[in-house]
Amino acid sequence: MADLPDLLRGAVAGERLPLARLLTAIENDAPGLRELLPELFAAGRGGHLVGITGPPGSGKSTLVNALTDEWRRRERRVGIVAVDPSSPYTGGAIMGDRIRMMGHAADRDVFMRSMASRGELGGIAAATWMAAAALDAAGYDPILIETVGAGQSEVEIARLAETTVVVEVPEMGDEVQAIKAGLLEVADLLVVNKGDRPGADLAARHLRAMLSTAGGRVTRKPPPIMVTAAISGDGVAALVDAIDAHRSAARSAEAVQRRAGHQLQRALAELAIRRAARDPAWEATLQSVADRELDPFTAAERLLPEDR
Amino acid sequence: MDDPRSTPIRVLIAKPGLDGHDRGAKVLARGLRDEGFEVIYTGLRQTPEMIVDAAEQEDVDVIGMSILSGAHMALLPRVVELSRSRGMDDVLIAAGGIIPDADVAKLKASGISEVFGPGTSIGQIAGYFREHARRRA
Repeated sequence: MADLPDLLRGAVAGERLPLARLLTAIENDAPGLRELLPELFAAGRGGHLVGITGPPGSGKSTLVNALTDEWRRRERRVGIVAVDPSSPYTGGAIMGDRIRMMGHAADRDVFMRSMASRGELGGIAAATWMAAAALDAAGYDPILIETVGAGQSEVEIARLAETTVVVEVPEMGDEVQAIKAGLLEVADLLVVNKGDRPGADLAARHLRAMLSTAGGRVTRKPPPIMVTAAISGDGVAALVDAIDAHRSAARSAEAVQRRAGHQLQRALAELAIRRAARDPAWEATLQSVADRELDPFTAAERLLPEDR
Repeated sequence: MDDPRSTPIRVLIAKPGLDGHDRGAKVLARGLRDEGFEVIYTGLRQTPEMIVDAAEQEDVDVIGMSILSGAHMALLPRVVELSRSRGMDDVLIAAGGIIPDADVAKLKASGISEVFGPGTSIGQIAGYFREHARRRA
């Protein structure tokens, strides 16, 4: 296998196999990846990072396909990372997102990669942001990240993506579902998909009513609520317009800094874990926590003393 | 991070051609999942070009094709040929389905590494993939 800087150069030049192999190296945390990160980050071209999330079966994959149709009509090159869950027992996974994307199978300007979550909670994989960076370096814009089927609190995607689209269905539940905290709150755009089903407009009205009355400490403006039918394509062009229009808001100094803060926090946590795991005292400390001699926080402090 | 399970083998399961019977492919996809593989299932009616495009983007270690239509001689060698022409020299390509013995030899000569007939267990297929799929650095 070519070395990583070569793969990055190939990806930047628009070659597909080097990009695919770079993505594998990212997923596997291959040797040399750490050294490549400055170059990978610097190669970014500013593609719009869009998260698509929502419950299982809400039509995320079908909507991603419909959005891709529309962006291709507008001559944009679309990169997609579709995350599916890994088995907590075997590490195995079934990734079926390509089934909905067959219409783009032969399109050289669409690059889709399936990614297993590999034990990460929160709806995306640990390597997802790096995979997005690789697609950005390869010139895809927008870059869509489709999360695992998310329930109510898998909000990690909103910390990574510039624009977060939450996909719900008409049968999402009663008004109380619409006022619960979590996923609905992080939407930059809220979509009621399967809009050809009865109750879609009612669900959209409920959501609009509930979210528009948010007050107290909520400073965010309520998100636009749109109705789509991904299979027929109804409402999809308007959604693409809305996503594209959100790009500038997503790049306000404040929003950029907030995302940078989350990314830095994640990187810090990962680095701390890796360093602590190399500490000779790791095993003994772990055992002390297992034996309930030490609480986890004190144990962590011992593995990361302040004077280091 | 050095747990071998942290880098599972990636397998593309595809149905080339026009037969619409994908029960076996789905059972296999599910079985390989339970064996710890990361399985990308592409669905029905794939052309060799679509299969190779998907395999390239997904950078899979193995392409597994299920075919029952009788068109295996027309479709499977084409997948090998296209894969090799795209530089995917180290991807294991295997097939399963109803394939006459005489054709199995020809398919193997064309670069299909193994052909699994009726009665093969998922464990046998998983074992074969583990043994013959490329190893990653």
